[in-house]
Amino acid sequence: MDYNFHWQPVFRRLPELLLAALDTLQVAVLAIILGIILGLLLAVLKMNATGKLKPLNWFARSWIELARNTPVLLQLFFFGFGLGALGLHLSPFMIVLAALTFNCAGYLAENFRGGLQSIPETQLRAARSLGMSAPKAYYYILFPQVLRNVWHPLTNQIVWAVLMSSLGMLVGYQELAGSAQYFASRTYRIFEYFAVVAVIYYILVKLILALSRLVAWRIFRGQGGV
Amino acid sequence: MIEIKNLHKQFGNLEVLKGIDLTVNRGEVLSIIGASGSGKSTLLYCINGLESIQAGDITIDDIRVHDPKTDLNKLRQKLGMVFQQWNSFPHLTALENVALAPRIVKGKSKTEATEKAIEQLRHVGLESKINSYPSALSGGQQQRLAIARALAMEPEVMLFDEATSALDPELVGEVLDTMRMLASEGMTMICVTHEMSFARDVSDRVAYFHQGIMEEIGPPEQLFNNPQSAHTRNFLSKVR
Amino acid sequence: MEMFSALRPQDLWFLAEAAGKTLWISTLAISSGTLLGILFGWVLSVSGRLGSMTLGAVLDVFRSIPLIIQLVLFYNLFPIIGIPLDPFTAGTIVLSIYTLSLVSNVVRSGIESVSQDLRRASRSLGMSYWQDMRHIVWPVGLRAVFPAWVGVALSVLKDSALVSVLGYVELLRASQILITRTQEPLIIMAIVGLFYFFLSYPIARAASMVEKRWQQ
Repeated sequence: MDYNFHWQPVFRRLPELLLAALDTLQVAVLAIILGIILGLLLAVLKMNATGKLKPLNWFARSWIELARNTPVLLQLFFFGFGLGALGLHLSPFMIVLAALTFNCAGYLAENFRGGLQSIPETQLRAARSLGMSAPKAYYYILFPQVLRNVWHPLTNQIVWAVLMSSLGMLVGYQELAGSAQYFASRTYRIFEYFAVVAVIYYILVKLILALSRLVAWRIFRGQGGV
Repeated sequence: MIEIKNLHKQFGNLEVLKGIDLTVNRGEVLSIIGASGSGKSTLLYCINGLESIQAGDITIDDIRVHDPKTDLNKLRQKLGMVFQQWNSFPHLTALENVALAPRIVKGKSKTEATEKAIEQLRHVGLESKINSYPSALSGGQQQRLAIARALAMEPEVMLFDEATSALDPELVGEVLDTMRMLASEGMTMICVTHEMSFARDVSDRVAYFHQGIMEEIGPPEQLFNNPQSAHTRNFLSKVR
Repeated sequence: MEMFSALRPQDLWFLAEAAGKTLWISTLAISSGTLLGILFGWVLSVSGRLGSMTLGAVLDVFRSIPLIIQLVLFYNLFPIIGIPLDPFTAGTIVLSIYTLSLVSNVVRSGIESVSQDLRRASRSLGMSYWQDMRHIVWPVGLRAVFPAWVGVALSVLKDSALVSVLGYVELLRASQILITRTQEPLIIMAIVGLFYFFLSYPIARAASMVEKRWQQ
């Protein structure tokens, strides 16, 4: 083995890499927030197939199935080169954000739908029997239970968004992986840079999981955990 | 106070209730017995408007339940309902289960709703479980919680849908005791039940339902000791 | 027909060949990852705390680092230790380990989902440990985690597109090459998207139908 590892130059770049990790978090968190909003909307549209909502129902189903059944890398390229060919040139940041949001919304929509359907219909009946209007029953009785049901998949989705934002390096967005690639290409220390970045991703994921558990403990304690 | 006239209810092609006529007076305890599928639970759901009806009329204090103009949310405040599967809200403590509806439906202040809820929980013997979540309660305790939850809305009528039939045998007694207590306090009650001794001892009248028809109704002594209908006799001979 | 002029019949053949490679590398990774995942999942389920703190922690690393980083690291590690790997081999190994880390988790939760009462019941009938495993735990647990396993398999199929970063010409990489030459990104992306979709969607639907049937 005549390869000498050179870690020093990588460690010197650590501050820049950590700043890039913030970019990773930023794009992932934004994608999740938008994904939750759009995912709720898609879930509601998918569950209502009547009358005027019919075209929207079809739209929601198409979105969900396309997001779930094609590679996220293809989705990323679509928002990059695909839209570019139509004359719509997004910044690298927007490409990553759009692709992750598109994908997260599709997956979260199914999670929300499953979370709602797993609550017994009798819960709604019990709430209505106490004189609650439908919106009140949803807000006070169903929504908190759905939140608990989807907490775990939602956490997984956040982790997933952080991991997949690394594809930014393929469209020139310098988040964590993109920065590693940039520095590596200038120094040819590919292995060292990516190894350090792998550790940072690992720590990010563990922090997210710990935070999720902490919040879950705060809001679901006593209910038998998540 | 509750008047049911010629009530018909269908699920698709299945006719569940085939013309029910029934009047329940204030302060009366009515038990409804009959085999499963005889339509007795469906009747309760029709009374508080959780199920639509196809023909006939139900009025509560002269308010027509199935009139589209009726504010069901307001009407249901008069009608407490207890379900077979107690349906406690799993994300709320016992106290919150009871205090929620008075607060958000009746608009009571948090303090008032809480005080009222504690009072009701004490009423059903759950004062030691105020801060427990339903997952930490037994079936019997959850069912008593459901009764307290309904009572907190200060209903004029209580509807019990087989309140004890999902319970372990040793837990049935505590729930029936609570129901007996309510009856002795003068609450108007309609109890769909499989507990013949409860029906016999507590009710003012007992109705027997058979295949969507009210086959027979009368004071418990008459219905149990001297049933007029062959169907009733047949049913009673099986459950005894 | 100006629009399609740049796309020649042999280009479609080129894409089809690449689609075959996508299928091949996915099949290899899913089958080997699943077989090993079952073994490792079982080990995790019987080894308790010690197992989850050692083997479990190692497997967890592969779920906590982006796949693309794993691919780059692995591909660049082997020349360093003197065994250069071609992109296909490196990609297959990384995808297999990734699959294995996901499947082992699924299998462990499947085994643990079978209630102790049920297992006591089977043992009380005189079944041996392995008979219990074979006739009770396996079929019951399989039903519990089959949907999750299909999910893993489909995600590996789609994630195999990432092997393109090593230069392996699977479907996505082939489409990139064609796009560069023909400047027809939309039509080519549509073809590639449809290929994945019509592979993944029917499997997902079939799996959810099987799941519904089992629940009855």
